[in-house]
Amino acid sequence: MILEALADRQPPPSSSAAARRTFAWIRANLFKSLWSSLVTLALAYLLLKLGLEFVGWSLVDSVWSVGTDTAGKLDPSACRAARGVGACWAVIGDKYRLILFGRYPIAEQWRAAMVVLLFVGLFALSALPRFWRRELLLLWSAALIAIAVLMSGGVLGLAPVPREQWGGLPLTLILATMGLVFAFPLAVLVALGRQSRMLPAVRILCVLYVELIRGVPLISLLFMASMLMPLFLPMAIVPDNLLRAELAIVLFAGAYLAEAVRGGLQALPKQQYEAAASLGLTYWQSRRLVVLPQALRLVIPPLANTFISFFKDTSLVLVIGMFDLLSSSAIALADPVWQGYGVEVYVMTGLIYFCFCFSMARYSKFLERKFGRPIASR
Amino acid sequence: MFSDRQAAQPVSLALPAAAPRFAPAAVGSDRPGRPIGWVRGLAGFRSDLRLQAIFWQVLIVGAAVAAGWYLASIATANLAQQHVATGFAFLQRTAGLPIGEHMIDYDPAINTHGRALLVGILNTLKVAAIGVVLSTLLGAVVGVAQLSDNWLLARLAESYVEVLRNIPLLLHLLFWYAILLSLPVARNAIELLPDVFLSNRGIRLPVPVWHPAYGWMIAVLAAGLAATVLAARRASRVQASTGRRPRIWPVACVALLVVPVATWMMLGAPFDLDVPVRDRFAFRGGSVITPELAALVAGLVFYHSAYAAEIVRSGVQSVGPGQWDAGRALGMCPYPIFSKIVLPQALRVIVPPMTGIYLGVAKNSSLAVAIGYPDVVTIVHGTMNQTGQAIEGVALIMLVYLGISLSISLFMNWYNARLALVER
Repeated sequence: MILEALADRQPPPSSSAAARRTFAWIRANLFKSLWSSLVTLALAYLLLKLGLEFVGWSLVDSVWSVGTDTAGKLDPSACRAARGVGACWAVIGDKYRLILFGRYPIAEQWRAAMVVLLFVGLFALSALPRFWRRELLLLWSAALIAIAVLMSGGVLGLAPVPREQWGGLPLTLILATMGLVFAFPLAVLVALGRQSRMLPAVRILCVLYVELIRGVPLISLLFMASMLMPLFLPMAIVPDNLLRAELAIVLFAGAYLAEAVRGGLQALPKQQYEAAASLGLTYWQSRRLVVLPQALRLVIPPLANTFISFFKDTSLVLVIGMFDLLSSSAIALADPVWQGYGVEVYVMTGLIYFCFCFSMARYSKFLERKFGRPIASR
Repeated sequence: MFSDRQAAQPVSLALPAAAPRFAPAAVGSDRPGRPIGWVRGLAGFRSDLRLQAIFWQVLIVGAAVAAGWYLASIATANLAQQHVATGFAFLQRTAGLPIGEHMIDYDPAINTHGRALLVGILNTLKVAAIGVVLSTLLGAVVGVAQLSDNWLLARLAESYVEVLRNIPLLLHLLFWYAILLSLPVARNAIELLPDVFLSNRGIRLPVPVWHPAYGWMIAVLAAGLAATVLAARRASRVQASTGRRPRIWPVACVALLVVPVATWMMLGAPFDLDVPVRDRFAFRGGSVITPELAALVAGLVFYHSAYAAEIVRSGVQSVGPGQWDAGRALGMCPYPIFSKIVLPQALRVIVPPMTGIYLGVAKNSSLAVAIGYPDVVTIVHGTMNQTGQAIEGVALIMLVYLGISLSISLFMNWYNARLALVER
């Protein structure tokens, strides 16, 4: 009622049309009923209070850098003084290299940074539909080779860096990208195998694989890769930690992606399969030319969701002692100088993960709109 | 089983070529284009789909079995070389593994690895159960809030979902754990509510002291619950035959509230609280929620509730607005429309994907190992480090989770079947 009175007392015509529209919108969307108004007011109060507190903590009362003591060591007393009141961003300033690049040798970290840029550029290019052609595969191969050269060195005058020293964001991106590159074909094969009515033994193998992997946590697979694989292989050919973790991730992601792909294969109308067969296409031709292009479009949202959760799941390599982005953040906090500033570090690491995952989620929405029309209606 | 071996032999050579259905001239036939010896067999093979199927299955299964046998033989040799005894006998040995939280009695000096494993399984089940219940509740609230008329509430709920589900669960756990550990020490603990203390040693809260009267109350409450369920069933029967539903809330009220409270009063109304008392360095008495448990539950619930919220939202959205209009046209109030018309239809869409969330909560509770909560993975990891029984340990972990996953799937499938539309 007060609002109506306010609405009536709006200033005369000049800007009033827009103002009235704004006002009508506010009334319809924020103060529709008594309950809605109460909720709006309570939320606005909370938001304002928490927002102000957050700004105070992160910007006003925060410590951005600390001095050194007489011995030349960092002296975090400024941070200790601000404890509980303001954030201590000095920890990021001191540790960002460790967080971003792990134990990669400091003098060579420009290479790791290049790798991150290469990955981001590669993703950005591949995301644009105008670049979807055969040359993209060549570009990917070239970029992956460049990444391998940059990371391990040993050629072109680059100092060699053993794989145990890889870490941080490049390692996360390598684990995720290479995992997907291998898991996706595996998933398509397994999904096809699970569908095949001609080969019951293969179908049973595929079902067993998918259900076993989906029934256990990724941690148990990582344990298997790090502790059991050396037992099950001849000493000479045991791959190193990175490859073993990658293998576990590929097996894990393969099972989940296979389920997503199977959803598309099942959702495809039966007539598509029959039409392909009646044209005389062989099994692989019909799958490659008719079935998969349509089935994969149907399952863009679940595939994207699996990609995203799988990107996040690479952080689990922490439990087997590898130094991906999250583990190196945890290690940065083990420094006695910076103990107790976990919130600051994790907020930053979380922001990096969020940027990657959120852009993937938005991109999948875009793809969904582009290809989202159901097949039946065409 | 494989009678046509000679014919099948060249297949692996010929398959990559583009359909050499008949012999090419180079093979040396005097009349080009006419099939000769093995090629004729090959042509028969290529047209006999059943034979091909058998061939490929034997090949793939054979390869799988051979690989398995090879790996097993190497493992046996490696284990013999390292003098590791295989088998589960180590479960009978004394554990010597200190465990912070145990729901059953456990003493590392006396009890075995087997009992430690049981402690771990119970801890995992506890976290999974709490996580499932809380993420369902929070997910339902946030999911419905996303559909609110109120613009601010809907946008806030959306941001909640977007922020929380785009950050790794492990980061959630480490973040909450870091926050809980940075709380003041016990001496300066924050008194959250009267007698509820928050410190870097966890949350201390008062608990009622057990009294035999509570046992009677539980028994009476169970009987009351049974009576209420029976009354509800009878009410449904009466409604089906007469169209009029008898009231059951008076029955429920008496059976669930009046009778148990009366029992409690008759037994002398015992009520003693075990209240935490602040000492110089620690607390005495009360019950404690450790920082590990609190961080694990908080991380699991915030992360999975974001996914649950999306499922609830899309489930409610899947029920068209026509259903609401129809309810209003019948003169129903908003709440009955929601509970009697929209919700039963939405649940059919919600329950199947929700199973995935519950499986995720149970499996992701294994991340406890990163913050040291003694769940089954943490404990078996400790056992493996002590005994060196890596194969058995990993197998135990997998078996436990397979069992949990299977039980959740079975229960949810049963529930889903109950909800499914009965077409008449």
